[in-house]
Amino acid sequence: MSETILEARKINKEFNDPVKVKVLTDINFSIAKGEFVALTGKSGCGKSTLLYILSTMDTDYEGELLIDDISMVKKKEAELAKVRNKKIGFVFQFHYLLDEFTVLKNVMLPGLKLSQFLEKEVEVRAMEKLKILGIDKLAAKKANQLSGGEKQRVAIARALINDPDIIMGDEPTGNLDKKNSDIVFDLFKKLAEELKQTLLIVTHDQSFADRTHRIITMEDGKIINNNNTK
Amino acid sequence: MNIKLISSIAKSLLLARFKQTLIAAVGVTFSITMFIALLSFMAGLNDLLDGIMLNRTAHVRLYNEIQPNVHQPINKLPDSINRYNFIRSVKSGNSRQQIYNGAAIMKTLQKDSRVLGIAPKLISPIFFNNTAIDIAGVINGIDIQNEATLFHFNDFLIEGQSSDLDKISSSIIIGVRLAKILSANVGDRVQVSTISGDIFQLKVTGLYKTGVQDIDKTQSYASIATVQKLIGKPNTYITDIQIKLKDLSMAPSMAKEYARLFELDAVDIQTANAQFETGSSVRTLISFAVGVVLLIVAGFGIYNILNMMIYEKMDTIAILKATGFSGKDVQNIFLVIAVGIGFFGGILGLLLGLGLSALIDLIPFTSDALPNIKTYPIDYNPVFYLIAAVFALITTFFAGWFPARKASKVDPVIIIRGK
Repeated sequence: MSETILEARKINKEFNDPVKVKVLTDINFSIAKGEFVALTGKSGCGKSTLLYILSTMDTDYEGELLIDDISMVKKKEAELAKVRNKKIGFVFQFHYLLDEFTVLKNVMLPGLKLSQFLEKEVEVRAMEKLKILGIDKLAAKKANQLSGGEKQRVAIARALINDPDIIMGDEPTGNLDKKNSDIVFDLFKKLAEELKQTLLIVTHDQSFADRTHRIITMEDGKIINNNNTK
Repeated sequence: MNIKLISSIAKSLLLARFKQTLIAAVGVTFSITMFIALLSFMAGLNDLLDGIMLNRTAHVRLYNEIQPNVHQPINKLPDSINRYNFIRSVKSGNSRQQIYNGAAIMKTLQKDSRVLGIAPKLISPIFFNNTAIDIAGVINGIDIQNEATLFHFNDFLIEGQSSDLDKISSSIIIGVRLAKILSANVGDRVQVSTISGDIFQLKVTGLYKTGVQDIDKTQSYASIATVQKLIGKPNTYITDIQIKLKDLSMAPSMAKEYARLFELDAVDIQTANAQFETGSSVRTLISFAVGVVLLIVAGFGIYNILNMMIYEKMDTIAILKATGFSGKDVQNIFLVIAVGIGFFGGILGLLLGLGLSALIDLIPFTSDALPNIKTYPIDYNPVFYLIAAVFALITTFFAGWFPARKASKVDPVIIIRGK
């Protein structure tokens, strides 16, 4: 078994509003480097809630979360932001590109924030990522001039910019038609298989999940099937 | 490193809502413009009004007051239990108004580093003879050069040259009102008589006008030597020493000091003209208050626009936070936006304020009191510009602070999951 990149230990979460509802119960699992994991389950089973806890954006939970063997519990907001910046890439259902910027600048933003490289280098890296995703021709366009599928691919490029340890997706194909869904899925698969990129994708699309390497299925806030050996 | 990134994001957010940004900036510009124009105008007016009296008044005046002698001879006797002195109906004696040893006193004063300048003066009552009627007046023997530099004598002169007082012997400068009564013009001779009845002919070399009719009718000016000659006194005879200080506020304490040192009476400007300072400070206070209110209103405009911008840009804030920008970064972005509006609006405001002041400076304004003033007075004091700039940045900073804090607290999960 290769290195573990993300590990959840006994994660529990409750909503207190308006009545106490337990949304996550004793979630235990880990993801190794290079895995392509789908997290599936019916609507309301808590899979998105779990993803946002794993993403470090939601800090209101019990249990322990380790990213790259470092505990995320008790870290401050600014430190968590740094972790997200360096180690996690996000692709959401909605693209969340900034209309005011070009495609290239959108991809560069997290890289500039990391400021590990000079602006020129970040630009070169951003172009590389766009090339991998086959959208380097769109670099100079404004984000709002793209089609839905193109936008989602730019969002993936943005997620890749800092070479994150893991990419997390929340229904990344949820807003796309069949054709674009397939393009996006193929890109994920390419990233996983050719670049050994770790991916954790929340989806309720069974056909999408079936084509990944590993499926974690949830029901009523619990993991009911953690298929490690598919 | 991050400053550049944060300002570039702030800039693009600003430009995305260019119209609103412009309106917010115009608010700041307008208030700074008005602030500058108002204060410059008010300060100019204050200087002008105060100048009418304060410029002409000595900060400390040394003189001999006519009063009953406090040292009565009977009190010089040794004390005795069996005696108590009652002295009634003490009259002011023939004590002289001359300042003894005036030259030595002036020398001492000139060495004092707190003193800006001094001007000796000799004041005497006089009558202007107009056929059968005598008009009572006062003749001031002045050192014209010091009088002009220290007390702006030339500001009130409307005809003739003040320096002629020194050049032409037996010359006099009279007020316009007196000139009218005497039907005298520059170059004419007027006849005066002293208290002791001596009659002299004096040549009018200039006319002055203060706008205060009583002064213009009674006060007249001549050189010290001329007045000494009129009243038959030696050339050391002076009755007043006028002192102008570097720091006006020191006048009361210095008046006391000099009174003790030279054994003379001394009056300071604050005691003599208490009402002026009050008026000026109240006017300044009011203009400051109006200016600050304008800026605060502009601040609310910025606050509103930033608040709106934050609601519009929730997605942007959420993704920035998701991709690794901390709450502090987001807060800084919105603070940069606010201060940016304040900075550019403020700079434009300073320029327009200068322009508006210059415009007011061109508006014709004539006053009887001030023959030399032709347009509205403006004080181009750089301090006003400094205050305005600092206030612009401070108000916009605080106007941005609260919306920026709100933006920093946005929970990206709520925004992203809400879609």
